[in-house]
Amino acid sequence: MTMQTSMDVTRRSATTTPSSSIRETPKVAKLIDESKCIGCKACQVACQEWNDLKEDIGMNVGVYDNPADLTASSWTLMRFAEVENETRLDWLIRKDGCMHCADPGCLKACPSPGAIVQYANGIVDFKQENCIGCGYCVTGCPFDIPRISKKDSKAYKCTLCSDRVSVGLEPACVKTCPTGAIVFGGKDEMVAYGEKRAGELKERGYQKAALYNPAGVGGTHVMYVLRHGDKPQEYSGLPADPKVSPMVSLWKGIAKPLGVAAMGLTALFAFLHYVRVGPNDAEVDNDKH
Amino acid sequence: MAKDIERYNESDRVNHWVIAITFVLAALSGLAFFHPSFYFLTNLFGGGPWTRILHPFIGLIMFFAFVSMAFRFAHHNKMTDSDKQWLSQWRDAANNEEHKLPPVGRYNGGQKVLFWVMVACMAILFATGLLFWQPWFAGNQPIWLVRAATLLHAVSALVLIIGVMVHIYAAIWVKGTMRGMMQGTVTDKWAKKHHPLWHKEMSEK
Repeated sequence: MTMQTSMDVTRRSATTTPSSSIRETPKVAKLIDESKCIGCKACQVACQEWNDLKEDIGMNVGVYDNPADLTASSWTLMRFAEVENETRLDWLIRKDGCMHCADPGCLKACPSPGAIVQYANGIVDFKQENCIGCGYCVTGCPFDIPRISKKDSKAYKCTLCSDRVSVGLEPACVKTCPTGAIVFGGKDEMVAYGEKRAGELKERGYQKAALYNPAGVGGTHVMYVLRHGDKPQEYSGLPADPKVSPMVSLWKGIAKPLGVAAMGLTALFAFLHYVRVGPNDAEVDNDKH
Repeated sequence: MAKDIERYNESDRVNHWVIAITFVLAALSGLAFFHPSFYFLTNLFGGGPWTRILHPFIGLIMFFAFVSMAFRFAHHNKMTDSDKQWLSQWRDAANNEEHKLPPVGRYNGGQKVLFWVMVACMAILFATGLLFWQPWFAGNQPIWLVRAATLLHAVSALVLIIGVMVHIYAAIWVKGTMRGMMQGTVTDKWAKKHHPLWHKEMSEK
């Protein structure tokens, strides 16, 4: 979202001082109940329509996924997986898109101040006017979500319709979902609802039904109710325990202050060496004998 | 008065300074992405996107110029037992007590170590930089490789920057060194004091 919204920014990429955090805005969340999803792709259409996106016409690759992957202009995508269990074939459909992590790896990795922000309500948003197109957000994301546009070299992903949410509306995909599989509300409320739904599914024989709100990224503001909550990977590779890669944490964590300190100390030691030992000049033989 | 001795010819000097200039530009543009406190450096290159676009091309020029210089000077940088002895006495060198050190040829042990550190850093920077170059190659690698490349690129860049800081300081500290790379010649006294074996070799020519 490049337009300004009235929402408070509490976290800002490449910024080492705190952002505004006085107003205690309630956290929001979107809950996707996979057991109610019929794979109609109305959410994909609503997303394209609300956000003025137009995906290129592609080729049928032999599966229902269309387009074949998320792109800079397809911010959500229904992924269809056929999984053979002992007794039967499961057709698992998952609406893929940004999970809006509470601890976003993309924001951690981004080198450009204010290109990625997190609002007080939890939404993680890309500000394309500050994006430099380096692709670091792609390395930071544990869910493989951001896409760099070939057209303008900017990173794009689901905004959770931050423009709609800022004026009290639900995201476009929620608005359009014909089965009520996608719901939107306060984070606590959605967690409670998701847990209730998982309980209902257990009663109906899905013993492992669970709410997907992974702790490795501090929880997410997009959550799933999964019938096979013990095997999220079966849903087209949804990670069981997503975390920001340790390589990214090392690079964007301890390496930054250590690196700057090492360079600063080298300069300081060199200067002090000159002050203490002085120049080594062959023309005036000052070798200490 | 003893004659000056040629240390670097025109071609060596131009090669060195092409690397030096591109190194400074690559380091400033790269640091901008490394730590937010350096992000203002993008202003020197026309803003964030331009810095991102230019950095890899500057790096490529630096790398290929360095390859040329590495081939010129590699044979001068073979490590010997005398160099290892020199390195074990680095404190004497740092205290301006060169007379205690084993006699040095064209380069001393410290210079040779720095040469090979730079060779390693340049090779890593080139290889890893290609792996996450947007928009050309970054999309073709598995994500773990891009992550590893980005981390290694930053680490080797830091080692190189610190190495170059030592290199620049040594040239400020040891007077009469800079003209070797500027005008190409050093004084007879300079050569005799800092590189006696090389001085002998050059005098016998």
